[in-house]
Amino acid sequence: MLLLGLLLTGGLYASLAPASADETASTAELVQQGRELYITGCSTCHGENGEGVRNADGSNLGPSLVGVGAASAHFQLATGRMPAAGPAAQIPRKEPVYTADEIQALAAYIASLGPGPGSPTPEDYLLPDDLTDEERDEQIAIGAQIFWDNCTACHNFNGSGGAMPNGGEAVPINNREGQIIYEAMLTGPQTMDVFSDGNITPEEKRAVIAYLQSIEEQPEYGGFGMGSLGPVSDGLFVWVVGIGGLVLAATWIAAHSTRSKKDKKVEA
Amino acid sequence: MSDKDLEGAGSELAATTPDPVPDPGLPPHHWRPTDVDPKAERRAERQVAGWFLFSALCTVSFIFSYFRFQVGDNWDTFLGLGASTLFLGLSLSGALLGIGIGIIQSARKLMSDQEIVEMRHPASSPEEDRKKVVEMLGLGIEEASIARRPLVRNSLLGAIALVGLAPIVMLRDLGPLPQDVNNAEEGLGLEHTVWREGMRVVTGVTGRPLRASDLQIGDLVNAAPEIEHADVGDWHQLHGHELLISKAKSALILLRMEPRDLTPWEGREDWDVEGIVAYSKICTHVGCPISLNERTTHHLLCPCHQTTFDLADNGKVVFGPGARALPQLPLAVDSEGFLVARSDFTEPVGPSYWERDSK
Repeated sequence: MLLLGLLLTGGLYASLAPASADETASTAELVQQGRELYITGCSTCHGENGEGVRNADGSNLGPSLVGVGAASAHFQLATGRMPAAGPAAQIPRKEPVYTADEIQALAAYIASLGPGPGSPTPEDYLLPDDLTDEERDEQIAIGAQIFWDNCTACHNFNGSGGAMPNGGEAVPINNREGQIIYEAMLTGPQTMDVFSDGNITPEEKRAVIAYLQSIEEQPEYGGFGMGSLGPVSDGLFVWVVGIGGLVLAATWIAAHSTRSKKDKKVEA
Repeated sequence: MSDKDLEGAGSELAATTPDPVPDPGLPPHHWRPTDVDPKAERRAERQVAGWFLFSALCTVSFIFSYFRFQVGDNWDTFLGLGASTLFLGLSLSGALLGIGIGIIQSARKLMSDQEIVEMRHPASSPEEDRKKVVEMLGLGIEEASIARRPLVRNSLLGAIALVGLAPIVMLRDLGPLPQDVNNAEEGLGLEHTVWREGMRVVTGVTGRPLRASDLQIGDLVNAAPEIEHADVGDWHQLHGHELLISKAKSALILLRMEPRDLTPWEGREDWDVEGIVAYSKICTHVGCPISLNERTTHHLLCPCHQTTFDLADNGKVVFGPGARALPQLPLAVDSEGFLVARSDFTEPVGPSYWERDSK
């Protein structure tokens, strides 16, 4: 009830307050709201002020969040990786625990801890609407080349993901929101490398996302892609269905056909 | 028949010892329904003809699909699949399968399957024929007079053997010998690449020069020499065949890590720029391009045979079949603040080869 009241007044205030004052006021309020959520949900592992917590043996229970920025916070929370069930080499994706508003508040709080990459807006990760078809295709083509050069080694030629050393996994990145992909490039979550704006510029990131979205819409010209996992799924299909089918056919050819008990009448 | 009769019947029969297990002969033949019931026979006939008809229809729809469905710029699709590929594949496989199933079905149901015994005959031709052939061959050799004229015979054999050498000599046109291509100035050959002192490090696809400040800790760049994207001094941008060779030899992995994580070997202490290190992207095992890196461990894993290189420790092999560390490119910063190479690689990049010295 209290939370609802807070949200309502906050929402009312945000919609009624004059625009310039609104910015700072609502940010401060968001940070405060995020701080409250943070203390309840995150501080056990990341420390009361986001300074990180170490185990008795010196290893990280939860890393410091100072300077990771809103992009990282939004990525981890919106994909459900945080809050994690427990410390692990790779925290799996799951249904997000927090609502979109709560994630926004938490991200605002994390961003207030120290300067870090901010969360991208739709203008950052979507191509502008006023592009001609030709310009759009051009962007997609550039995005494809950047994707092939930088991403396919781990995430597969079609973005279907792949295996990493020590039981790790490069996650599938097809059918993901543009914002999530943008944030992943910007922050390099878990064992992924960072592709900061100096490395792949914001325009190039946008082109990569446009390419990924274009292959989602693309029909599978060559027939069933079987998950586009390359030789693994193709090989499995050939061995099980292909060779299995040949064995069944050979069995049918060599099997005894039905016999009659009757004798053939000798024609007169 | 008495024993005496058998002896007199000839050597062939006498040589056979009587079989200890009597030949049981063929078991009685069981007829199939199609052999005894004319109705079943006609039904099987219709079945077989039905499969052949199915095959014919498939072939017709193959030809129809070929002309009906668009490919190229404007594909027709069916359930999210390319319609042309799908229907060409389905109809052609149906056509072949129909013929196959029809043939097998007719063999199983209609063709005679009564067991028949056929006695074995000697494999060689009659003695008479063989004699005649040998005679004719001898006559041929005699008339050609080769046996009597060893000079003709030997010079013929020599000429034929030499003709065989001609195509072998032409194999030399396949390319220059590796040791003949060795040019440090132009980066040619197995020992050199186009990297040279002051050559800028640029991004692989877009060709953008990089400043150290552009990269954050944990950044990985798939980089290339500037000459692949622009003229460098009086050296013209690479194109065509030269560009492909450069891409295969000069590709770089650039990684920025905490400077304190680096453990450079003696003489390599100043090869990084503020924690930015550059390594050849070409695996030292069999030359696959590698960029599968784990940021947290600095381990670069080759997808072909799982050779793993530790990029914080001079590109040393920590796992897999690779025998050499990844060659490292010494880096510096030019007057405008861009990352440049300090020299070419100090050792040949890519897999080992015979003439390579083992330093």
